Order: sequence, then C-alpha cells, then structure tokens
Amino acid sequence: MAENGTGIGAAVKRKEDMRFITGAGRYTDDIDQAGQACAVFLRSPHARATIGGIDTGAALQVPGVVAVYTGADLAADGIGDLPCGWLVKSKDGSDMIQPPHPPLAVERVNYVGEPYGLVIADSLQAARDGAEAVVADFDDLPAVVGVATADQADQLHESVPNNQCYDWELGDKVATDAAFANADHVASLDIVNNRLIPNAMEPRAAVGDYDAASGVYTLHTTSQNPHLERLVLAAFVQVAPESRLRVVSPDVGGGFGSKIFVYAEETAVIWAAGKLRRAVKWRAERSESFLADAHGRDHVTKAELALSSDGTFLGLRVKTIANMGAYLSTFASSVPTYLYGTLMAGQYKTPAIYVEVRAMFTNTAPVDAYRGAGRPEATYVVERLVETAARDLSMDLAEIRRRNFIQPEDFPYATPVALTYDTGDYEASLDKALRHIDYQGFGARRAASEANGNRRGIGFSSYIEACGLAPSQVALSLGAGVGLFESAEVRVNVTGSVTVITGSHSHGQGHETTFAQVVSDRLGIPLDDVEVVHGDTARSDYGLGTYGSRSIAVGGSALIRATDKIIAKGKKIVAHNFETTEDNIDFTDGIFAEHESNRSMAFAEVAFAAYVPANFPLDELEPGLSEKAFYDPGNFTYPAGTHICEVEIDGETGVPTIAAFVAVDDFGHVINPMIVEGQVHGGLCQGIGQALLEHGVYDDAGQLVTGSYMDYCMPRADDVPSFTVDTTVTPCTHNPLGVKGCGEAGAIGATAAVMNAVTDALGVKSLPMPATPETVWKALGSAG
Amino acid sequence: MEVTLTVNGAPHSLDVPDNALLVEVLRERLGLTGTHVGCDTSQCGACVVHMDGCAVKSCTVLAGQADGAEVTTIEGIGTADALHPMQEAFRDCHALQCGFCTPGMIMAAIDLVKTSEDLDEQAVRDGLEGNLCRCTGYHNIVRAVLAARDNM
Repeated sequence: MAENGTGIGAAVKRKEDMRFITGAGRYTDDIDQAGQACAVFLRSPHARATIGGIDTGAALQVPGVVAVYTGADLAADGIGDLPCGWLVKSKDGSDMIQPPHPPLAVERVNYVGEPYGLVIADSLQAARDGAEAVVADFDDLPAVVGVATADQADQLHESVPNNQCYDWELGDKVATDAAFANADHVASLDIVNNRLIPNAMEPRAAVGDYDAASGVYTLHTTSQNPHLERLVLAAFVQVAPESRLRVVSPDVGGGFGSKIFVYAEETAVIWAAGKLRRAVKWRAERSESFLADAHGRDHVTKAELALSSDGTFLGLRVKTIANMGAYLSTFASSVPTYLYGTLMAGQYKTPAIYVEVRAMFTNTAPVDAYRGAGRPEATYVVERLVETAARDLSMDLAEIRRRNFIQPEDFPYATPVALTYDTGDYEASLDKALRHIDYQGFGARRAASEANGNRRGIGFSSYIEACGLAPSQVALSLGAGVGLFESAEVRVNVTGSVTVITGSHSHGQGHETTFAQVVSDRLGIPLDDVEVVHGDTARSDYGLGTYGSRSIAVGGSALIRATDKIIAKGKKIVAHNFETTEDNIDFTDGIFAEHESNRSMAFAEVAFAAYVPANFPLDELEPGLSEKAFYDPGNFTYPAGTHICEVEIDGETGVPTIAAFVAVDDFGHVINPMIVEGQVHGGLCQGIGQALLEHGVYDDAGQLVTGSYMDYCMPRADDVPSFTVDTTVTPCTHNPLGVKGCGEAGAIGATAAVMNAVTDALGVKSLPMPATPETVWKALGSAG
Repeated sequence: MEVTLTVNGAPHSLDVPDNALLVEVLRERLGLTGTHVGCDTSQCGACVVHMDGCAVKSCTVLAGQADGAEVTTIEGIGTADALHPMQEAFRDCHALQCGFCTPGMIMAAIDLVKTSEDLDEQAVRDGLEGNLCRCTGYHNIVRAVLAARDNM
C-alpha cells in the first residue's frame, strides 16, 4: 500500500473539490430546462384527516398557473403506488402488511406535510400564489402519534389491524430464556432511540422533462441511486418504460440515506412534465425537508443482558417497537430487522440472543434508513447494556469487553443472529483507543473536574456493523426486492486515458478520487488520466447506488474485476503484436512486457493498438479496450472499532461538553486515509448530534414541533470538539481490495459512547436522548 | 423595481420584483449558482456572500437592499488557476465533502479571518456558528480556516 504518491493508500487531494470550492458544482437546483414551469406541492396541515374535496377553481385563475393536479388525477392516469422494496415476514410466517401509498393522497392524509396535490405555474411565485388559492376540505380525525401505544389506537389503514406492519423475531427464544434462567445477574435497560431528521444540506429537488418527439422522459433529481429511482418509476409507478426514462443524479449535496428513497415529489414532477409536455421543476424548502423527507431511528426498546458473576455474557433479549411512520418508505421494513436484529451480537461471544421487533404505523412522516440505519440502534442497545452491566458488577469498562470479545482465532465467526463475521481484532482497536484517550489518566481528570464543581464521565462504544450491502443471494432470501451487486465499466480511450463508469453514486464521499486511485494504481497510469462517471442511467448499465457503506466494498470490487479484464485483454493484444501467447506477457506498473526479452508496450500503446487493430485475428480478438463487470459480494463486510468519549458537565448549568472523543476503526485496507478520516468525522458529529442535540418531535395532535432549524437542534461548529481518529487493519477476507467501508461507522459508534459518558458523569443508569442541558440539569438535581 | 449593483466587479442594472431576494437575483438572473439555498430562513449559511465587504446571508437580503452595493460571491474570489487562500485551504485540509455548504462556509470564513484578531480554534468554532455543515463534523473546516488565517 503506497503511503505517498497517488495510488491505493495515498491521501490524495480530491479531484472533485475544484468545482465545489469555486462555485462550479452542478446540483439539481442549478439545472434549468428551456421553458420550464415551477411546481409547489399542496401539503396536509393535518396529521390525520379525510379529504372531502379539493377546489382548484380559484387557483387555476391565478395568473401564470398552468395546472393543478391532485392525487385523483394521478390515480386516474394509472400512476401506481410507491412500493416498499423489502418484504419482512412476521413470526407466524405471514407477510408484513403494506398499506397503499399513493404518491399524492387521494382519500385521506396520514401525516402533516403529506402531499395531496401540486400547482404548476410559469413562475415559482405564481405557483405559490396558486397553492394559496386551493381550498381543500379536510375532516380531521384524532392522530395516532405515540408508537408504544399505537396498537391500542385508532386504525390508520383499512388493511392494517392494530396498526401493526409486522411482528418479527430473530434468534433462539428457548436457548435465550434458558440463559436468563441460569444467569447470576441480569442488566436491563429501557431505551428510547430518538427520532432524527436527516437534514442533508441540499434540499431535495427534481427537474422533470419530456421530449415529445422521442417520447423520452428525463428526470434530474437528488438521488443516491438513480437506477433504483428509474426502476421504481418504470416498473411500479409506471411513468414510462425504463428505455424511455433517463434519471440523472448530478452533484448531490449530502444524503445520509434520506435520498435513497423514491418520493412522491419527483414522481409527480416527472409525470406532470409528460402531461404538460413541458419541463417542471421543484425544490424543497427546508420546512418541506423537515416534514416530508424520510426520518430516522424512532425505537422504543426493552433490553436485557444475562451475565455470570465474572462478567461473561450468557444471553441477550431485546424487544423493540419500531415506528414506520404513516406509510412504508422504500426500504423502511428492513431497517429495524435485517439491519438491526442481526447486529445484536456486537463484538461479543454472547451465545444466545433473541430479538423481537414490532413495526407500527403512526401519523408521522415515514421512517427509513438514516446514516447507519438499524446498526446505530443496535449498537446503542448493546453498548449501553454492556456498560450498564459493567457498572452493576463494578467491572472495568475495558475488562468486561475483553472478557467477551470474539477473538482473532475465532474467525470466521457465526453469530446467533444470522451473520458470519469474516475477520477482526477487536482488542487491537480497544487498546489503541485506550492509549489515545489516556484511560489511566481519567481518574485524575475526573478529580480535577469535580474540584471545579463539575462532573466528568467516560463512555465506550465497541461497535460492529454489517455493511457493503450485500450478497444478493442473502438479501433476496430475506425479502429484498432487488439484487445488491454493483457494476463497473472501465473504458480505455484510444490514447490511453480511462473513463470509469460506476453504478454507485457519490454525494460527498469522494468517489471521483478514490475510484480513480484504485484504477490508476491497478493500471499503472497517472491519476489525472482517470475520470470517474456516475449518476446517470444513460451512461452506466445499471447500479444500486450508494448506501450502507457499500461503494468501495462492492463498487470498488466491481472496478477491480473490470480492470482485471482490461489487463487480460491487453495481454492478448500484446501477445498478438509480439507473436507470442499471453502467458508470456506480464503487466506491471503500466507496462506489458514479454518474459525473458526486452520487448514491452506501455499501457497507452496497447490502448492505441486496440483501436487500430492491424491484422487482429478477429475470431479470437475483438478490437477495442473496454470492459464491464458486475460484482456480487460473498458476504457482508464487518467494520468494527472502539469509540471513547469523555464528557464534562457544568455543575451549575448542566451543559455537557465533549472534552475528548477518540475513534479507532478497522475498515480493512484504506484507499484514501484523508477521505476516510473525513467520513469518520462527519459520522461522529451526527452520532453526537443524536446524543446531545437532535430530536424530531410531534405533539399529541401530530404536528411536527421541530420543523425548522430554530427548533431542531443541528450540531454546529461550536457544539463539537476536534476528534482523535485512528485505524487498525484486518483486511476483509472476501473482496479483492480487502476493504470494509467507512461511511457510517462514526454515526454507529458515537451515540452510545456519548450517552455512556454522560450517564457515567451523572451517576445515573439512563437518561433520555438528546441529553440537552435541561435534561442533564434535571438529572444533576435528582442524582444529588 | 430597478436595482443597480456590482457583482464580482461587473456592473448590473436589473428590473426585479419588489420582493426579490438577493440570492434569487444572483442565482436566477445572473446565473451565479455557486451561492446555494439551504434553508430559506437565514439559519444555515449556505447562501453567504459579501456585500460591501461584509458577510451577509443572501436569502434574507432583498435585492433592493443591495442597490448600489458591491457584491462578491464564491465565483468572484478566485479561479481554478488562482485560488483564494481560503479555497486552497479548504481543498488542502479536506474541509468539504458534498460541497453544498462550502461556498457559504468559505465566504463566512473569509469574513471571520478578516474581522478577527487572535483567531484560535474556539474562536473559529464560535465564528462559524451560523453556517451548518452536515458532512464534515467541522473538524477539517476548523483546520482549514486556521491554515488560511496564516496565509491571508
């Protein structure tokens, strides 16, 4: 692995930065089509209501208004429901219940902000004026807000008794109950995993265009996976067949999961463009992002850990109620099940685990994957419980973990909850983190804080995640509706530069740099000679996009497969030129050389020869040098690490301050350490945000009371510290780069570490998140 | 209403609605799409530009208020061949990921460095409190601003 230069392992400055720092980025809202109209959505002011009627007459009289469409118009035109792509089965074998989810509400609305129509006008101002003039007759009904009691409340959907989507289980109930019966000690916790609102800085947007001459629809939109967007719009919503629907996802200003999903807005916009034969543009205002982007987390959990008196874990029992919101978003059902229950072993050899999850509908915005997606919730359960057990048994935080860690010699390790970890060295990360935080010195630092009238606490989080989604075979057997491989194309141009086309998508992760490093390293050509293309269904065959920290592990592996094919083809070309066989050709550092001779050809010469095919034996050797690969992984990857947080709490005001935060992560091999560190920093900030600041709150009537940046507390620069970030390396055993993925680790590990530290400082067993100064101050009082 | 202003050194006279915002004029009339709209309510800072040398949130400045003003946007502070030291520092320190908050962050940071004495880490964090970034955790942004401080 190169430590310098531009190859794999080098901290190369990002290729994409130049356009972003000079204002030349091209986001969806920067794109205008000739003659475009502007759309404004009509959104429900009620959490639950029947729609009596919608009077659009006055709106149509507003100067500039072109059209007003409602849910009934889409339904009449055969536009289908927004589907959920993962079928989860309940304990009794029955399928989860998926209620109808029309893009625009037709008969009833089920959350504040749910779109029920759109007004299209020549200008945004006219569209806004038109929206003001629409009169909708709502008959409002009592809202179902609390997830824990949703099964006792009014039924929201005709097809969903008790508002229960599914009642799922994983693990061995009998073995787990037996472990508890034989335990010396049981540590237990009641946990609320607070609802978060993703808040990518770029609001969602869509520009739909229709070319009447060709019948081709083009949708520019803020998507993390344009091919999936196209698939759903074609196959389910039935806007147009895939061959006549192009989805382009240009520069995208962050996603964190919230831009994976297929939403009502882009669906209505592309449909309306076809109806009007005119381009239609929409950009969310931030208040719309709060109301109608899919939210994250929102679990209520009871968790118990059975231990022997020496601190050995015997069994884990978890019972969770997960909020789906009003409808099933695109991957909502998989988040609290296959991305959550399967992670309950954590880094430990807990022999018996049983997880039950009930997914409920409420009159709130749909909940789906948000950075980490299920794995932060699982880590929070496991790591809060482990630390609770350590306190119960007066054990050292490191010691209780060491005693239970899966050891390097145990791999591959099959957990009781369906995963097989390929590799890891959990103590290596723990030890490094202990050194960075100066664990030995904590007692003195705590004493110093207390001498100043403050409190100080320390908390660990030894997390694991399953990412690199996913082996298609596994995902499909568990209910996924799509495969989860990734595609890559390496197109060598005539003069030797290379265009790389990936099916994954970059919305901040720096793939244009990282992927170019991989190809440049493998082909021995300058980094500047490699351009990476993504985000356009017209340019790449297919792809599953970016989420679940999958891009380098799956997309990067596809890239390796494609470059291997390029090298193999290059050898054939050289062998033909030298009138020998390809076995006699080596490829190193961009040079094809014949064994035991001084004859060689540089990569660019081979490229040229490929496109100027003099005397090629055409039945054996085609002209050209362009190769594709589809890579489907053999297993998930398992990044893991230990995060340690040290918190100081102001004894007077209760304000918690993060005094130090250390993250030591094992991502396997790292392509670009600068980018990886940046990914960790951002994830940590989101994890800290969940612990200390962020909370999406609905009142009893189902009104979102945290609907702006004045009410929803985003982490700002003065809320977080500088971080100490380091890595350990156990290479992934089953992909060609030995990589695991790094995009979510920060958000997965941080929250538990912070809350363990805060509760340690306060000397309380638990505290609701977010641990705001008010919450902490009250706990200071009650803890004496 | 008629508004006359200078943007990145070029004079413009524009007929705009009374309620037009400065950011709308920059993005939609002048095609300067480097300035972004992230919240519409003056809380995220993606739209920060300089007006008569001071950082302002252009989503809450009426175009009429900019009449007669000198406005500088991200497009006006440097070019790919001659970056502003703050742009250079953001690239060198990996202080951006998705890039959406970056123009506003750079414009706010330039103003912060120009108007501050003894800028240390805490002062940078306090000074950038009005600019949200969801990607970087601010760690590398703070490093970049401190690096640029020494080069401006």
